[in-house]
Amino acid sequence: MDRLDILESRSVYILREAYACARPLAMLWSIGKDSNVVLWLARKAFFGKVPFPVVQLDTGMELDEVYAYRDQYTKEWDLDLIVIDCPPESEMDPSLPPMTRSAARKSAGLGNLLDDGGYKGIFVGIRRDEEATRAKERVFSPRATDGAWEFRDQPAEFWDQFTTDTPENAHLRIHPLLHWTEIDVWRYTQRENIPVNPLYFSQDGKRYRSLGEKNITAPINSDAATIDEIIEELETTREPERAGRLMDNEAEDSFERLRTSGYM
Amino acid sequence: MADAQTNTNPVKARPAPEQQMRVVIVGHVDHGKSTLVGRLFHDTGQLPDGKLEAIEEMCRRRGMPFEWAFLMDSLKAERDQGITIDTSQIWFRHDAREYVLIDAPGHREFIRNMVTGASNADAALLMIDADQGVRRQSRHHMYLLQLLGVREVAVAVNKMDLVDYDEDRFRAIETEYRQYLEGIGITPRQIIPVSAREGDNVATASEKMDWYKGPTILETLPQFEHPASAAEQPLRLPLQDVYKFDDRRILAGRIESGTLNIGDELVFSPSNRTARIESIESWNTDGAATSAHAGESVGITLDEQIFVERGEIASHEMGAPIESDVFHARLFWLAETPLEIGTACELKIGPKRVDAVVEQIERVIDIDALTDHDATRVARDEIADVVIRTSQLVAFDEHDNLPRTGRLIIVDKHLTLGGGVISLGIYPDQRQAVTVRGTNLTEVDHRVAPARRIARNRHRPGVLWFTGLSGAGKSTLAMALEQRLFDKGYQVYVLDGDNVRTGLNANLGFSPEDRAENIRRVGEVAALLADAGLIVITAFISPYRADRDRAREAAGDAFHEVFIDADVATCESRDPKGLYKRARAGDIKEFTGISAPYEAPVSPDIGVDTSGRGVEECVDELVAYVTENFSNTR
Repeated sequence: MDRLDILESRSVYILREAYACARPLAMLWSIGKDSNVVLWLARKAFFGKVPFPVVQLDTGMELDEVYAYRDQYTKEWDLDLIVIDCPPESEMDPSLPPMTRSAARKSAGLGNLLDDGGYKGIFVGIRRDEEATRAKERVFSPRATDGAWEFRDQPAEFWDQFTTDTPENAHLRIHPLLHWTEIDVWRYTQRENIPVNPLYFSQDGKRYRSLGEKNITAPINSDAATIDEIIEELETTREPERAGRLMDNEAEDSFERLRTSGYM
Repeated sequence: MADAQTNTNPVKARPAPEQQMRVVIVGHVDHGKSTLVGRLFHDTGQLPDGKLEAIEEMCRRRGMPFEWAFLMDSLKAERDQGITIDTSQIWFRHDAREYVLIDAPGHREFIRNMVTGASNADAALLMIDADQGVRRQSRHHMYLLQLLGVREVAVAVNKMDLVDYDEDRFRAIETEYRQYLEGIGITPRQIIPVSAREGDNVATASEKMDWYKGPTILETLPQFEHPASAAEQPLRLPLQDVYKFDDRRILAGRIESGTLNIGDELVFSPSNRTARIESIESWNTDGAATSAHAGESVGITLDEQIFVERGEIASHEMGAPIESDVFHARLFWLAETPLEIGTACELKIGPKRVDAVVEQIERVIDIDALTDHDATRVARDEIADVVIRTSQLVAFDEHDNLPRTGRLIIVDKHLTLGGGVISLGIYPDQRQAVTVRGTNLTEVDHRVAPARRIARNRHRPGVLWFTGLSGAGKSTLAMALEQRLFDKGYQVYVLDGDNVRTGLNANLGFSPEDRAENIRRVGEVAALLADAGLIVITAFISPYRADRDRAREAAGDAFHEVFIDADVATCESRDPKGLYKRARAGDIKEFTGISAPYEAPVSPDIGVDTSGRGVEECVDELVAYVTENFSNTR
């Protein structure tokens, strides 16, 4: 087994544990490179089928290419797609910095999904290497109904034994990609030939390294126009992956505050 | 089932990257774990752009000197309190190898977070403060790592700047700690004197410690090796699920050890059903595989549609896992509430969940002195040896042989309370006893109905199963009772331990498995004799509940458990066969009551206390019981 085989096998194990123990399930599909890989891994785990709904938390602010990708592959991959319209920014906590407040719309949309759907497990394609508070996550992360993350009191998780039961009204965030790196995602996308959103490739010297809503995400300077070139770029860069995510650095703890109150 | 759309434009694959080496940094609180990680990143030029400035700004805002630990301590609460609360990970590249550095908290409050971080590691770097020396968590963490299965270890004696880079101080700590590691079976790759704050022996050799000639931290990392592949070991495929998404019925799971091939005959434990592998299923791969190995998450189909479920372990027939409902475990306890004898809980062994009871706490281990003591409870963060009894037969391995299927966790509702590694010890593997070897068996009915036998014998049949310590009086009472009943007109016969071992069981020795088989055969013979209309009295120590339960299963309602009760001291003073004396001298290993457990009946049909009472008095009691329970008019 090579490195990608090892990563894939563990992710498949995680997906199957969730399917065996934490139904009903749903998968958040942001339609970026990471959740596309999670979707692909689900098809690996369940032999071509995705046996749960995939959910887009829609702010109406995604780039056009994102919506195009969504519509094309929902059809081709026979997905059970649920689109949740996120509540407007005016309903968000006014004490948050502006970009962070905009991002909080997704946590609110997720809250609505949980209230209505009664889901026990939600797959989310976050990785430990993308952001420091995500590095402290569990694979199976229990959340209260309001989505709050009790980072001071996380359960023990070892030997691939996961917390699969939750108290009444709580749910699990399940992170099948937690142990992957950004380069792993690209290498796997290349090996498996997963369709790539063109926004990730350089046009006029700029490309998106991380896809978010157009009002709070900026492209980076890059000439990488193929996956090989992206991998080469990532092997030498000292720029953090989420540098283009404007809300992360508004305040020292802005992303931490987002996450503890339910953000992905 | 390749997806045509996605495979129209194959790209040339880049060379497969090397597997990452995951190194956990452990040790007592404030011995410099997070600082070391920050220093390592800085000295190898791998800090992300803007990170140094961000840390400077955070420190300035708090009015404190520059703190490397802020690189890893990402939560505000961690920075404000200056301690690591939860484990974190960071990726690090050196010499063509990728490392994941796992920063584990050292505060004793956060042991479960440390366990979480360390359990995913291939290797460990333990930090000891040169000024403070070896402290509690220096030992505790390493003991836990050893239980968690981390074998690759290096030690950094940090803060050498605080002790003037003194060699004697370093040597004293080195000697003390090396001795401790030896005591728990670990040989460290290196023990290195370091100052993480000043950068001595982190990425570059220290100029202030020219007395140290060994490698730096950075030079030690490449010495860590990945564990050998488990593909050559016996096959273990614990089932996660059975899927029926289309016309295929696919069994899914991860191969924890060994190799499987299409056509292999598999046995599923503990149901002991068997079938052959018809296919290995996958999606979006190049062609169908004909074999699969340890580490792979697979799906297989079988040639027969047998009923198997999540939690069973598939293996080959040769070298199948152990089956038992009682075993030993060395536990690390993480829960606030102490573990007590009799605690009912739920176990997970791989995907298998089963109800269980902690039947015995054998000892609690003092991880500082590496001694042990008796205890009736296990407090949080303690390590203890216990005996666990499950509500049904489970399949597992001894941890020393196959670690991945030889460990368990204890859960209560949604909480993980502790983990442990399994050994069988003196308990027998019950697989042989529950396996029906024959196939194509059809039972035929007798033409003589049981009622006709009762009518002719003028009493009901049954098994009086005597159990008790050696010297409790089983044989004596059995023979006396047989005589009394026979004289009263009963059809009665005694099966006695030593008598049976010279004939029916002459081929059995005294291993745990042979002892279990001895009792199994006696139970079956007794059931046959009872079926023939007789009253059968058996006189065997039969110390294990599982064995007696199986005898009860064989005889059904006709089974009567008779507890011949006398304490060890009484039995030892009688010692009719001189066995206690030999056991005390060590001539007999695993002697019940002395060096092996006796599991007294929980609710015997009748108990006869023989301490300080004559044979006739006891037999009277038994005769009264038989008269009442075996009457043909009842």
